[in-house]
Amino acid sequence: MKIGAPREIYAGENRVALTPDSAVQLQKLGHTCVVETGAGLKAGFSDETYAKAGVEVLPSAEAVFAAADVVVKVRGPEPSEVALLRQGQTLISFFWPAQNPDLLEAAKARGATVVAMDMVPRISRAQKMDALSSMANIAGYRAVIEAGNNFGRFFTGQVTAAGKVPPAKVLIVGAGVAGLAAIGTSTSLGAITLAFDVRPEVAEQIESMGAEFVYLDFADQVQDGAATGGYAAPSSPEFRDAQLKKFRELAPDMDIVITTALIPGRPAPKLWTEDMVAMMKPGSVIVDLAAERGGNCDLTVPDQKIVTENGVTIVGYTDFPSRMAAQASTLYATNIRHMLTDLTPKKDGVIFHNMEDDVIRGATVTHEGAITFPPPPPKVAAIAAQKPKEKPKELTPEEKRAKETAAFKAQTRNQVAMLLIGGGLILLAGLYAPASFMSHFIVFVLSVYVGVQVIWNVSHSLHTPLMAVTNAISSIIILGALMQIGSGNWLVVILAALSVFMAGINIFGGFMVTRRMLAMFQKS
Amino acid sequence: MEYGFTTAAYVVAAVLFIQSLGGLSGQESAKRAVWYGIVGMALAVAATLYGPGAGNWLVSVVMIVVGGVIGWYVAQRVQMTEMPQLVAAMHSLVGLAAVFIGYNTHIELAVVQGMDAAAQEAATGFAATLAHKLHDPMAGALISILRVETFLGVFIGAVTFTGSVIAFGKLAGKVDGKAKKLPGGHVLNAGAALISIALLVVYLQSGSTLALLVMTLAALFIGYHLIMGIGGADMPVVVSMLNSYSGWAAAAIGFSLSNDLLIVVGALVGSSGAILSYIMCKAMNRSFISVILGGFGGTTGPAMEVTGEQIAIDADGVAAALNDADSIIIIPGYGMAVAQAQQSVSELTRKLRAKGKNVRFAIHPVAGRLPGHMNVLLAEAKVPYDIVLEMDEINEDFPETDIAIVIGSNDIVNPAAQEDPNSPIAGMPVLECWKAKQVFVSKRGQGTGYSGIENPLFYKENTRMFYGDAKKSIDQLLPMID
Repeated sequence: MKIGAPREIYAGENRVALTPDSAVQLQKLGHTCVVETGAGLKAGFSDETYAKAGVEVLPSAEAVFAAADVVVKVRGPEPSEVALLRQGQTLISFFWPAQNPDLLEAAKARGATVVAMDMVPRISRAQKMDALSSMANIAGYRAVIEAGNNFGRFFTGQVTAAGKVPPAKVLIVGAGVAGLAAIGTSTSLGAITLAFDVRPEVAEQIESMGAEFVYLDFADQVQDGAATGGYAAPSSPEFRDAQLKKFRELAPDMDIVITTALIPGRPAPKLWTEDMVAMMKPGSVIVDLAAERGGNCDLTVPDQKIVTENGVTIVGYTDFPSRMAAQASTLYATNIRHMLTDLTPKKDGVIFHNMEDDVIRGATVTHEGAITFPPPPPKVAAIAAQKPKEKPKELTPEEKRAKETAAFKAQTRNQVAMLLIGGGLILLAGLYAPASFMSHFIVFVLSVYVGVQVIWNVSHSLHTPLMAVTNAISSIIILGALMQIGSGNWLVVILAALSVFMAGINIFGGFMVTRRMLAMFQKS
Repeated sequence: MEYGFTTAAYVVAAVLFIQSLGGLSGQESAKRAVWYGIVGMALAVAATLYGPGAGNWLVSVVMIVVGGVIGWYVAQRVQMTEMPQLVAAMHSLVGLAAVFIGYNTHIELAVVQGMDAAAQEAATGFAATLAHKLHDPMAGALISILRVETFLGVFIGAVTFTGSVIAFGKLAGKVDGKAKKLPGGHVLNAGAALISIALLVVYLQSGSTLALLVMTLAALFIGYHLIMGIGGADMPVVVSMLNSYSGWAAAAIGFSLSNDLLIVVGALVGSSGAILSYIMCKAMNRSFISVILGGFGGTTGPAMEVTGEQIAIDADGVAAALNDADSIIIIPGYGMAVAQAQQSVSELTRKLRAKGKNVRFAIHPVAGRLPGHMNVLLAEAKVPYDIVLEMDEINEDFPETDIAIVIGSNDIVNPAAQEDPNSPIAGMPVLECWKAKQVFVSKRGQGTGYSGIENPLFYKENTRMFYGDAKKSIDQLLPMID
């Protein structure tokens, strides 16, 4: 099949859905690739590098749409591009079907199959094609860089000959993929980083990235992200109040605030209100990653950077991934390639659109002239639901003591019972057995006892040498054979001789091999 | 006088043997301890040759020398990966020797009983000991006890013999390692055991040779069938169990020959094997009975579903991660022994340690086919023993570890043991390698391990599968570590 990538025509979009690297990989799947001239230019991939990777460079978008069986794009198609789609053609791009019903209808009318990268279900197997996550990762990183660009001081604290520089304080609201990426970038630049999220279970992730989790004084702040596929859900008004109160406390101290809070299918929640902005110090920076959906901050203007009256810069760009077009294109093209790998199960260059597959089914929004959105819930839950933690019951000192005494008593009872039974049995045997037997029996019992005491101390690593050495010494049975070999009976002599022979093998073999093994154990 | 000297020598030998086992508590003292054992054995043999009852010195010495040369040769030649087979083979020799000696006692007793009083008086050697018993006031009880002891010695020896031969076959790959039973299963074993008990009564009454022979056949069958029904991964328990049996056989023979040293050493070896079996069972969270009965017990419900996919990685990826890591834990298993990869693993360890990385080994008690198998293999490959740690010593360190490398082990790193109460291995202590930041699993293919249990570790997000023969895989890595 022919995979084609046209140039993105959305204003300011620098990314491209096919890179020379991903084209090489796609060709290994049996596909051929075409690209519109200049498609990768803004992301740093010239037509020559494409041609070198075996990609055919076509002069126009029309030519690409006409040639390709599968069109890969970053942004959803513009109406002019939808018009170029044809029956049976597949389009893979971001689509946002819920927000763009008209576009969906238009694509269906053209008879094209549309695979929406934003609809890839959030299950482990689909992570490699989760373009939302890979783009969010870039956005999170870039948000910190953008903030730094507009922030007049160092991130890290320094004590220099020219004076002491306090470290910047960064608050990150929302610890999704973007939030975590921002935390990582911010901490590695040396800032004191705080982070907040409505899902308490991400506290561990936040702390693992080196930031401090902002806890709320809120009784039942239980929102299990697992129920919503790992995304946040709207919170109760009481919870929201507690949250805003906490933010108001923090606002005067923060130098940089990066908000990333989004709830799927809803406008962004307003978390950073006007009065909080007013409380912030001049020179502080707010980066609102939710600007596209109205912003988490009251004052955000989408696609613009504004400076408030009290000197706080609010960055409302919506194209962070596009601002890092080379990186974003590489990751996105890899996501697309993984999607195509799943669509080409036999690696023979033939697309097999398996609607039974959870991932493909979930991402496909139109197929064979029908709208297949929204998809049925996936068969596999994204994340295992959190198990309620059982708290081990704290024992009071009295209970503990009682337990210990009980355990001691039980042990005593066991030991006494064992001794009584064992002693009784031996006494019973003594009643009937002759004294000469009993004298041997005493030796036997004591030896077992000594053996048990000695063997418990043998180190685990020496168990094999132990087996070899016990093997060698169990050949002590040779003594029995030696005592019998002097017999006048020829059969006895033969059997005894054979026993001596076998025990001889064992004695020498056992000790030798033990020595060999022990000699190998070396200290470093 | 002579008798007193022999007994004195036996006391010294017994002490030396105890010292020899006790010395195995540490690697350094163990090297000395072997010498105690050797000296003890030499003393015991010399004293017996010198003492009462011995004769036919020439035959004895020739046999010892010939056997010794063979033993020496085998011990020099054996590969460390073949240790389990060798140990099993040696057990079978002790078992067979016990059977022969038991028969000798039986024959000799019949001969002595057949003599007239004067001949009994004139008898020498072992016959004299027996004749002495016949003249004892409690002769009847003594003879009965002697018969019980002989009978037991032969029984245990025969079970040990065929059991060890089968264990040897399974470990050497000459017999299919899977658990197999004849139709009738353990009923057959129980039947054979019952027959043996009945024959004991018959033998006790009559001293019939036929009873002894039939019992021997039954015991041989029990040994064969019991071990055939136990699968390959349970072999650590089996080998230590047979070790224990060979000790008990020696002790029983010691009773029948009235030889205290045999009793002492038999009891030492017997209890040592029993403790090893106990430790192995504990490490698998299974009772001794369930191991002997073979296979894994029934589960209480459907196993937890494993989701996700196994993600493969190539040598470049593993090498890059190793180059970046600071702390690494390697978990070897039977697969490393099969692939003979211990030298390569050692070389990898040396290279990584030369770069200042903290490399350690985590050994599960039942890794391999013999208790302590992995330790010996790593020692052979010159991995210093102070970086080879037991499960309990290292399990807590996984969360702070950058990379865990699993080489050819499966069930001992199965998180299902902790996470899935319905898993057949639920509750078995396992190495918590999945808590490391990154886990690489070197494995031949996607199959399940011995127990046939799906391993969720392979599907974890931080796990990467490094497919291929363990030795080749590690060798690929070596040039890339710099």
